[in-house]
Amino acid sequence: MLHQELARRRDPMWRWERPLLREISMYAQGLNQSDPAAVTASPEAARFQARIDAEDKIEPNDWMPEAYRRTLIRQISQHAHSEIIGMLPEGNWITRAPSLRRKAALLAKVQDEGGHGLYLYAAAETLGVTREDLVDQLLAGKAKYSSIFNYPTLTWADIGAIGWLVDGAAIMNQIPLCRCSFGPYARAMIRVCKEESFHQRQGYEIMLTLCRGTAEQKAMAQDALDRWWWPCLMMFGPPDAASQHSDTSMMWKIKRFTNDGLRQKFIDATVPQGHYLGLSFPDPALRLNPESGHWEHGPIDWEEFRRVVAGGGFCAADRLDARRRAHDEGTWVREAAAAFAAKRTARKEAA
Amino acid sequence: MSTPATPIWEVFIRSRSGLAHRHVGSVHAADATLALQAARDVYTRRGEGLSLWVVPSSAIVASDPADKEMMFEPTGSKIYRHPTFYEVPDEVGHM
Ligand SMILES: [Fe+2]
Ligand SMILES: [Fe+2]
Repeated sequence: MLHQELARRRDPMWRWERPLLREISMYAQGLNQSDPAAVTASPEAARFQARIDAEDKIEPNDWMPEAYRRTLIRQISQHAHSEIIGMLPEGNWITRAPSLRRKAALLAKVQDEGGHGLYLYAAAETLGVTREDLVDQLLAGKAKYSSIFNYPTLTWADIGAIGWLVDGAAIMNQIPLCRCSFGPYARAMIRVCKEESFHQRQGYEIMLTLCRGTAEQKAMAQDALDRWWWPCLMMFGPPDAASQHSDTSMMWKIKRFTNDGLRQKFIDATVPQGHYLGLSFPDPALRLNPESGHWEHGPIDWEEFRRVVAGGGFCAADRLDARRRAHDEGTWVREAAAAFAAKRTARKEAA
Repeated sequence: MSTPATPIWEVFIRSRSGLAHRHVGSVHAADATLALQAARDVYTRRGEGLSLWVVPSSAIVASDPADKEMMFEPTGSKIYRHPTFYEVPDEVGHM
């Protein structure tokens, strides 16, 4: 019976970990994407949720609600874009790194970030989108990326602050994502997290060197902390009360902690590190609550966050221009590689 | 203008001698040589491997998840394939 059944399906419809969009639209039929109540409405959806609740991993060719797929495509592609755009503020300092040791480290870090972007695009592609489409959306200004990268890197101390704080915040965010319910995203995050620790440590080392240096160098480190602290707190996203995506993402175990929960973990981990450097935080309300053991912080300027997310960041236009230029200048390379591959295939077929 | 698609290759790494190649992810590349180089750059920046395979994604044939039951259930009912199915008295010792 098995043989008959397999013979009937002589054309394997399923490509490995690459469902086609045509196949996905099959899932979408009859699903109301905007209604969270539809999430467990069908028997498949109930089975899906039961698997999630049992900590089973979802793999690309498994049935999944259309909204789960959409949420993941959005989140993973934004994450990928952030890694790629994130290369730019630091890339700005590679040629001006103060020593060969710092230059080698910064080059390796920026290369890692490019790699992170590629792991993540690959994870997004298992959901039935193409990397080319995602990149085109970014270049067209239609996709979001982390607003932190729209701030300028004014001094060498900013490279220290980015490694210590921006990568530090990214690690807080990414560690729980290693247990995300979607297998390819979780696996990509495990690779990313293994590499992030070096990023944060090299940044902290830069800060430490500056803080042990001259008064001017220490002032430079303080200035960098002053400028990066609040934007880093905003990296965790809007407060829980105002976040649109949290509830379903938690239910689907894409997210494991709330924005505010992760932000608090980051503050608690980072404040003592800053004090060790002998620096002060630009928040007069920052104080340790002796009962809870947590650092309490002052109000975050969410108006600024909204402005930067909406593209009002100091470097927003610059960042996209730089990406577009790199993409355009790489066109001839892609074309030449494709032409060479086509020529070789044609020769092989003729032979 | 939309960017033309570059073929996808699946990447497999042997991390140590004695271990099998294991799937780690994918890369885009126009041909096999470029795919190997991209895989080296993207997946082995810290001594992750001793050997790399790249395989065109489109060359892999996968079982249909809808066939899961039909494909794998029969082995579930054949419990006599497992050692615990057979009774060996304790006195005989470990076997
Ligand atoms: Fe990264
Ligand atoms: Fe990083």
